[in-house]
Parts: sequence; structure tokens; C-alpha cells
Amino acid sequence: MSEPAHTIFDYHRYATFAPRHWGYYSLLALCVVVIIFAAYCAYTVEHAGHHITGMNNHVVWGLPHVFAISLIVAASGALNGASMSSLFNNKAYKPYARISIALAMSLLIGGLLVLVLDLGRPDRLIVAMTHYNFRSIFAWNIFLYTGFLFIGIVYLWMLMERKMNRHIKKAGALAFVWRIVLTSGTGSIFGFLVGRNALDTAIIAPLFIALSLAMGTAALTLAFIALTHWQQRQLDATLARSLEKLIFWFLLAVLYFSIVHHLTNLYASEHHGIERHILGGQHALMFWFGHILLGIALPALLIFFKPIRSTIRRLLLVSVLCIVGGAALVYVVVIGSQSSPQRIFPGHEVLSSGFGDDGFSAYSASVWEWGLGLGGVAVALLLALIVLRVLPFSPEVDVDDGEKV
Amino acid sequence: MTSIKQKTTDIELSASARRRFLKGLGAVGAAAAMSSLSLVELNAEPAVARWGLLIDTDKCATGCDACVRGCNEEHGIEDTGKPDTDAKWIRKIDLKDKLSGKVSSLPMMCQHCDSAPCVDVCPTGASFKRDDGVVLVNKHTCIGCRYCVMACPYKARSFIHEDLFNQKTIAPRGKGTVESCTLCVHRIDAGGDQQTACADACTNEGYNAILFGNLNDPDSQIATRLREQGGMELRSDLELKTGVRYRNL
Repeated sequence: MSEPAHTIFDYHRYATFAPRHWGYYSLLALCVVVIIFAAYCAYTVEHAGHHITGMNNHVVWGLPHVFAISLIVAASGALNGASMSSLFNNKAYKPYARISIALAMSLLIGGLLVLVLDLGRPDRLIVAMTHYNFRSIFAWNIFLYTGFLFIGIVYLWMLMERKMNRHIKKAGALAFVWRIVLTSGTGSIFGFLVGRNALDTAIIAPLFIALSLAMGTAALTLAFIALTHWQQRQLDATLARSLEKLIFWFLLAVLYFSIVHHLTNLYASEHHGIERHILGGQHALMFWFGHILLGIALPALLIFFKPIRSTIRRLLLVSVLCIVGGAALVYVVVIGSQSSPQRIFPGHEVLSSGFGDDGFSAYSASVWEWGLGLGGVAVALLLALIVLRVLPFSPEVDVDDGEKV
Repeated sequence: MTSIKQKTTDIELSASARRRFLKGLGAVGAAAAMSSLSLVELNAEPAVARWGLLIDTDKCATGCDACVRGCNEEHGIEDTGKPDTDAKWIRKIDLKDKLSGKVSSLPMMCQHCDSAPCVDVCPTGASFKRDDGVVLVNKHTCIGCRYCVMACPYKARSFIHEDLFNQKTIAPRGKGTVESCTLCVHRIDAGGDQQTACADACTNEGYNAILFGNLNDPDSQIATRLREQGGMELRSDLELKTGVRYRNL
């Protein structure tokens, strides 16, 4: 007799997240405080104008965009938990698929909020929703982001409604394809800028896909560690090992695309200026120390040699490093590309200019930009914390009975 | 016998049908030719204007910024003492040829590209190109995302970082939106034989380095000079078909 056509989801019981630790409430309170400060920052910037920020007409996209893009790519990657479960049938992830989707959606909303609040005219959001120029990748991204949220809701419905469980794989496949396209779209915002030497390359799209997988998995890992800790439980050992392996391979993928990006640039003499700027100039510290050392080498070595015995502590450190290093790479891509002079006059040296064509532009983020960016992170966390508290997304303790770490 | 007669009739009918068809075809052809002639006649009228500038870098003087002052005065652009955030519709740049060592000076503004990257990337369509080639920003639909500033290969766009005062009615502007050289569109729309404010300022200084005109009118001064003396577009490798051309660079 064949097995009934049901999934492992039938065997799991879910409940609202019941925190048994002060950490949950502390984080909740911290998020509220940060959001209040962020709202004040957004109001101040919109009221006074962007001249109070570190951004200017040389560096028009600053730290808020670094936060927003990091959150958006992490959102796409945080869906890994659900994809591993529905699409790749990895049983260790199955109880956590709902959490993965909830986190992905929360991160995306946090990122989008930062982007919207940093607009020169955020009050015209309705214009952005009603006027579309379909030659713009930005306009397409509006559909990709809203579509991601819609697919996330449908995916959750398939997971939660027993009658719809048979469609889980289809929903998972759609979500998987959509998020790859979404991250490609986000990367292409930069890749299509023909006038900027640092950005006129299609490799930014796959680089962002790899980055999203690494940062998203790291964010998901931190969420798993926090949630189990707050319930005074331990993380499933199979899940922990799998997360560690995933992060390792994703980090290597980021490194690969980063190396190809810069090596191909170094091959073309027209890009030597920008490469000197990023690899040996103003952004060298952010690139080598932030992206390469903290973001790739250290977490990869920690995973490979396991100098920290405790898997949870190791995973915790690896995930934090992965996110910090990923944000450093986004910083180098976004700020580095703008702070170097544009190549308007090939074959000429700029002796003087009324608008900084003759040198590199400095950028230093103001407290308003930090507030706005951190506000996006706080919104994402707060949303996730509330959703988990009120909706049955967490597996009940007694069904999660595997080996612990 | 009957069958032979039938065959002959069929051939005649077929020949007659072919003649009718060919006649019909001839009539359609003649009609088409007539319409083409009419179209040619219609097209004989001057094509829609394509406004542009020709800048002679040999005539542009190092250290002179009359064009910048002229533009600022015309459009009410004030210096707030913050060069990194102030609007710059036009700027002066001094260059040295790396090979020959020749030093040139030139004004740099929106190049009014035919395939404008700023128009392509604008999510709301606020950046647009008029039929006469002037690239503008619709102040009512610009959301201030600054993607066009990122996309412009000439660094010709400015985001307005703070409140504006003493605005001119001919150039409405707004905090939180993006703007750039309008090619003095208010003068174009007013008609007549006016030059742009920067060209006027340059002429008044006696340099005559900037010439404004209709690139599509073969009899215009700018088209004649371009035809006879040539003029290059900056970053011609991008094939943006700019409306602003430079000589002697």
C-alpha cells in the first residue's frame, strides 16, 4: 500500500510564538525606540531638506540606500528556509518554513520603507504607484517587490491551509523564481548605469543574488537562534549544520563574483581609476577589511576550521559577520561608484571644475541617515516579532524533537 | 471537343481575371505613388526642430564664468555657499589633452541626449524629452529618487537639497526634486530668434563660444557651422546623440 499523499506539514502543529525570555521584550522595546527616532529623522530630513545629511550632488545615494538594499537582498535570501523545505524537500527546514517567509516579508517592508522615506518627495508615493515608465528597471522593481509580498502571502496560505498543502511545491517554485528575478532586478539598478564606470557591468546582478543568499541565510540563522533561545530551547543540530554549510557556499559564491568583477575591471585600462579608488583608495578599508576579511574570510574560516566549539556561538558570530560584511560590499558598490569622478573626457586630464570633476568626493553619513537606516532594520524586526507573536508560525515544542546543539 | 472548348474558355477567363487583377494593382500602385508624392510634399516642410548648442572650446576663455552667471541669473539659481549641494545647471571645466598637452576650457551642461539615460531610468516618467529634443523634468511627477542623477553620464543633474527662495516664474523649481539645464525652454517657447542665456552671456563678454540653434534646419547658423567645421559629442561611445556639440576639443 502506497503512502498517503501528504506532506510532513500534516504532522506538525504550530502555535503563536510564546517567549519565555526577557530578550524578546527587550528587542521589542528597542525596536520601538529606534523606530520613533527614525520617524523623527525622516521628518527632519523631509522638512529641512537633504542638505542636512551627508548626501550631496556627488553622492546622491547614501547610507539609507545601503541599509535599504541590504535589507531587500537579505529579504530575498531569507526565503531560503522555505525554499529548502518546499522545493528541495529538506526536512530539517520544514517546521520553520512559515518563519522564513514572515522574516523575508518583514525585511522587504523594512527596506522599502527606508527607500520611500529617503525620497525627495515621499508624499508623492502615490505618483510612483500610478505613473510607470516601463523602460526603467526601478519601475519594474516596484512590481517585483509588491509581487514578492503577494507571493509570500499566497505561499503562507498554501502552507497553513491543509486543503492547499498540495500546492506548496508550486508556490515554493514560484517564490524561488520570483526572488531570483527580484535580486537580479535590484542588482540591475546599478548594472544598467552606462555613465558610471564602476557600475556598467551585468555581473552586479549575479553578485547580488549570491549576496542575498548569504545575507538572507545569515538573517534567518540569527532569527532561529533568537527564537529558540527565547523559548529556552535548543536549535536542531541538523538544521544548524545545514545553515552553516549553506552560508559557507554562499560566501564562496559572493567571493567568486567579487573576484571576477574586479579582475575583469583590472583588465580594462578604462576601469583602472575606479579600481585604484576601491581597492587602494578611499574605500580600500571598507572593501578589504569589511567585505573580504570580516564578510568572507573570517566567517568562512570559522566554519571550515571550527575554532569555536559551540555550534550556536559559532553560527551566531558567522551570521553577524556575514551581514556586516555584506553591508560593507553594498556600501562599496553604492558609495564607491559615486565618489569617484565620472569619465566624461577620455584622453583628457581635468585641471579644474566648478563641480568636482577633478577629484574624488568625500561622503560621511549623518546621524539622520543612520537613524533612517536603522529604523528600517527596526521596522523589519518589529514586524517579524509581532507576526510571530500573533500568528501560528512557530512549531510547537514537542514536535521539534531532533538532536540538539 | 467540348473539353477543348471548355479549356479555351477557362484560359480566356483566367487571362481576363489576370488583366483585371493587374489593372487593380496598377490603380493601387498609382494611388500609393500619389500619396507618397503628397507625403513628400508634406515632408518638404521644415522637419520638427531639434534644438542644440555648439561650443567652440578655442573661443571659451579659461577663468571666465559668464555663462554660469548668466544661467544662474536667468533661472534664479542662488549660491548658498554649499557647492556640493547647490544646483549646477552649467559649470566650467578646464581640461588638458594627455597626449598633446593642449589646454581647453568649456561649459558643461545637460547634453539633451536623443537617447537620454535619465529619461530611460526615471520610474515615473518625470524625466522626459520633448519632440524638439529638449530634455526636461516634470516637477509634478518627480519623486526625488535621484536615479536620473546616478544615470546621467555628464553629471549634469542637480537634486534640490533645501528650500528655494526668489524663484523666477519662467523656471519653477522645487525642493526634493531634480533639475537640470532646460536649454532656456521658456525662450524657445516664446519664439523669435533668441539665444540661450549662457550664449547671450558669452556673446556679451565678446567670446562667442556658445551658439544655440535648430540642428534640423539646414539653413540655421548652427547646422551650417556643424556641417562645415564639424563638432563632436562627449562620450560619443555611448551613442546618445547629444544635442550639445563641442569643437576643437
